[in-house]
Amino acid sequence: MGGSPGPLRAPFHRVEHIMGTAISLDVREGILDARAVDAAFARLRDVDARFSTYREDSEISRLGRGELAEADCSRDVLEVLALCDDLYRTSDGYFDARGYRGATGPDPTAVVKGWAVEEVAWMLQEAGAARFAINAGGDVVVRGGVAPGRPWRIGIRHPEIVDRVAAVLLVADGAVATSGQYERGPHIVDPHTGRPPGDLVSVSVVGPSLTYADAYATTAFVMGIRGLAWAATHPGYDAYGITQDARVLTTPGMDRWIERTGAAPVDSPELFRIASAQDATTGAMGGEDPKSSQQPEHE
Amino acid sequence: MLPRRAVAALAATAIALVLLLNFKTASTFTLPTSAVVGQPTPGSTSAAAQATDPAQSSAGSQSASSGQGASSGGGANGSTASGSGSAGSSSGGASGSTASTGGALKNGQYTGAAVQIPFGTVQVKVVVQGGKITDVQPLQMPTSHAYSAQISQYVGPMLRQEVLQAQNAQINLISGATYTSEAYAQSLQAALDQAA
Repeated sequence: MGGSPGPLRAPFHRVEHIMGTAISLDVREGILDARAVDAAFARLRDVDARFSTYREDSEISRLGRGELAEADCSRDVLEVLALCDDLYRTSDGYFDARGYRGATGPDPTAVVKGWAVEEVAWMLQEAGAARFAINAGGDVVVRGGVAPGRPWRIGIRHPEIVDRVAAVLLVADGAVATSGQYERGPHIVDPHTGRPPGDLVSVSVVGPSLTYADAYATTAFVMGIRGLAWAATHPGYDAYGITQDARVLTTPGMDRWIERTGAAPVDSPELFRIASAQDATTGAMGGEDPKSSQQPEHE
Repeated sequence: MLPRRAVAALAATAIALVLLLNFKTASTFTLPTSAVVGQPTPGSTSAAAQATDPAQSSAGSQSASSGQGASSGGGANGSTASGSGSAGSSSGGASGSTASTGGALKNGQYTGAAVQIPFGTVQVKVVVQGGKITDVQPLQMPTSHAYSAQISQYVGPMLRQEVLQAQNAQINLISGATYTSEAYAQSLQAALDQAA
């Protein structure tokens, strides 16, 4: 755990268990003080202590029991709650961390990890890490590419087969978050119905910031197929979804991330592009009212 | 409506398996994936080279038992259909040159045998670049039935996964719905972390 002070030279690797999951840091280039790496992991533990709903003494637990007024919460908590409120508005209530529809205290668990890891990525970058990746329980942030001119290759886990990937995304700088229900049981519910969402097995969102990629992936998963298009309404973000009936749906911009090294299939049906924009869009609109339902008026 | 959907999904699984089988039986080019995996491209980092281990072992076991390769390839729902699939696949090899078994694949395009399935004929082409399978393209897909086009849609991702799995030695990270600390131990990410 605690490294002694002194320069830490890439490549190095570190894995710690925080927030109920494994957080792995993979630094390929850069020299940074060992204390900066310690500080990064310490920050994650600190965030966990503040936000964990499993800890009686966390700020979120105390807030939920009414022992703590929101005005007296730390800046961290206020910031995350503000993020939750934004998402609630822009998602038409699908992202509902506050429990406006019935739950007791606010539970921002769904966004905390992405938000915290994004911050930690900036900390490490400022400390001197030039090329690195963090995988926080399946939510990924990368910087600088894996080597000069080479993006990080990020596999999207196959929802049924643990050791396989459904696609490979090439990202030099950015984030990929995946939300789904193949692990941990149905821990995500549609606030409108109180039941687990139906038509998707997993949603991955790629974009510049893990804070938002994570938030959009969670929200899109709850929204279902039309959530993919919703996620992509945010500039710079694209979504990749796997449906219950084993189809892959992607938003139009996803093509620039998905690895397609082969020659473009010119004379053959575009079998692998099921994916296409139209699918995601028609799936989203489903013959109902167009754009208005996906883009709430506030934004 | 619902039953029909289920039928379509099942049929799709069967087709995917036939494709995979065709793939494997069609010749040497299929699962020399282990050979590909075992040969890191020059310039790749040592971490990437070591990361081949977990993948190599699984890919290796597949090619070692080529007769049963399909059962692992098809996943959980594959085992039942694999028998009929292998019966249906022809023994015809690739029309392209055969790849050497020991080394990396030769660049080029390899056409698999045409396979008859209840819905029509299935045939795929494999593109090899830089010693790796870079793409799989369908040459013939069933189009006779009313909903066969719909069925075809389901096949793509399954087939593609098979290819991607063979190359996951070069994957740096895995994104997936949050795993628990316990689940991490069995995850591909853990394997990557250990290799690094």
